[in-house]
Amino acid sequence: MTDATADRPVVHLSGLDKSFPTKGGGETAALQGIDLDVQTGEFISLIGPSGCGKSTLLRIVGDLIEPTAGSVEVNGKSARQARVDRDYGIVFQAPVLFDWRSVEANVRLPLEISGVTGAERDKRIDEMLDLVELSGFRDHYPHQLSGGMQQRVAIARALALQPALLLMDEPFGALDEMTRERLNAEVLRIWRATGKTVIFVTHSIPEAVFLSTRAVVMSPRPGRISHVVDVDLPQPRSEDSRETDRYYELVTEVREALRGRTPDADKPDTDTPGTDEPASPSQERARAEGSFG
Amino acid sequence: MNDERAPESTPGAESAAHSPEPYESASDLLVHQAEERADPLTDPEAGEIALDVGDTADDVAIHTSRGAEAVVGRWQTPWGRFARTALALGAFFIIAGLIWETLKWFGGTPWRFENILGTGIDYFHDPPFRVLQFSDRQLPHIWDILYELVEPFQRGSDETLLQFLLGAALFTARQAFIGFTLGALIGIGIASIFVHSLRSERAFMPYVVASQTIPIVALAPVIALAVGLGPVAVVIVATYLTFFPVTISQLRGLRSPDPRAMELMRSYGASRWDIYRKLRFPASVPFLFTALKVAATWAIIGAIIGEGPGGVGEGLGKAIISFSQQYITGPEKLWATILIASLVGIVAFLAVRAAEVLVLRNRPGANP
Repeated sequence: MTDATADRPVVHLSGLDKSFPTKGGGETAALQGIDLDVQTGEFISLIGPSGCGKSTLLRIVGDLIEPTAGSVEVNGKSARQARVDRDYGIVFQAPVLFDWRSVEANVRLPLEISGVTGAERDKRIDEMLDLVELSGFRDHYPHQLSGGMQQRVAIARALALQPALLLMDEPFGALDEMTRERLNAEVLRIWRATGKTVIFVTHSIPEAVFLSTRAVVMSPRPGRISHVVDVDLPQPRSEDSRETDRYYELVTEVREALRGRTPDADKPDTDTPGTDEPASPSQERARAEGSFG
Repeated sequence: MNDERAPESTPGAESAAHSPEPYESASDLLVHQAEERADPLTDPEAGEIALDVGDTADDVAIHTSRGAEAVVGRWQTPWGRFARTALALGAFFIIAGLIWETLKWFGGTPWRFENILGTGIDYFHDPPFRVLQFSDRQLPHIWDILYELVEPFQRGSDETLLQFLLGAALFTARQAFIGFTLGALIGIGIASIFVHSLRSERAFMPYVVASQTIPIVALAPVIALAVGLGPVAVVIVATYLTFFPVTISQLRGLRSPDPRAMELMRSYGASRWDIYRKLRFPASVPFLFTALKVAATWAIIGAIIGEGPGGVGEGLGKAIISFSQQYITGPEKLWATILIASLVGIVAFLAVRAAEVLVLRNRPGANP
């Protein structure tokens, strides 16, 4: 990050490894040597092919699983402490709304659990529903909403506790392209309005470029950070940003990075070794192209 | 009762092709179905409505209800769901009655009606075959059974058989209800312990299963001897039969939440108690009702068996015992008792069904 300040990063990952036991008694390295700092207010995309460990990385930050080695700090605390302090909100690919609760009651859920009561609770629910523009649907039940609306309820729910960090795991992966683009714009608006720090897992290059301030490109087996692309599209972005030359350049840059090439010689690599060597066999490269071309 | 599912999933069928991941558990399947149902609404048009809020709330409501109507029709109100169940059961009785009389028409005892309804017409039927099992001694005519209901239940009594049986049914239903309630509470309690402790489940589940392998007919007299002849013995047998289906189904229900929902709760720093009352238990309710519907009818059967062998109480069990002893001279009374007993079971079932459609009225995915 060129404008890195002296501020403490919201997320500080260093030397992170994660391996899972395999059937034969061995181990698969899901993540290896992950170093990443996320500054306040950044919008970070984690992008890479299936199996590159991007969701695993997100879950480690959210203390949903523990790393095998390395350290995770969120707001200067351990991931566990950050979770207990409710420092982050999560949005999954599926909305995971509680279908016995109305829209309003779904947004109220985290507030109930954390003991926010009375007028403060009502105020927050109103704010959140306004934010995702679903105030007119507060008494609806999840089954009465479209997939995109359900996902917006999930976002409102994730933000209800006013977390410093929003973790989004392919939140629009199950939606059609049109809805996805609308919701991308929606997320950008929410991000600008709230100033949250966002970590956003995706396998869509356009989505990563349109949304993020930095796109962290990962490669599989073992999952590692291969490139970090600074996405310098001017803010505030709109649908028109998708039609600028710079947008296409950045899309190409991310795509090249996913193929394991360094597009610009002056692009600073991350400190992960072996980034620009064609580490992955051609087969794998073809796979990456197949899913992202 | 699941056949309505078929048309429901049709509009989302193509979405199954690109469903993101395989679904392993029943709960995942429900989520999956919910996504499928939602999918027709995520078309670009719906997306537009969804985003321009404000004055379009009604549009979406119309859109939704129109979609729902095309998919499931007018039975999707709570009352409609209940009526569907009740009608299905009513149809069962009519069909059973038709089969019954058809058998008698072909193989029963000859019968004659004289002066039908005062019209002066006589009717005589001589069945082409003679089958002992379809004779009036074993399979009395439905109208004879119904007629028996308005006759005095025993010689010289001014109480009709119907009055007597309704009194007995009330007695049985009361014991069954107590047993049902206790059994349901015990079942929910056991499942709640098991879901929080795999060790206790491993240790005690075999006993729960083994308890149901003992023939209840053999156990009932033992219980009656142990606690004395009386309502308590009846309640115990009814409880004994009901707690099992509730335990098994409720355990499944408490385990049914989406793993991601559990992770969400984790991210809120929720306690076990929070997770139980705000996620596990609400998610288990559809499973609970499935079990309660079974348990309601079993509780009636349990109460009948419970009072039967020991001759406890004043209920249907005792009536069945005494009328079966008079079977040779008057099989109608036993059949009338069986009819009333099954009606009690059906009323119990429908009562649970009514509660189910009301409680689950906002959860169509969990409420067929």
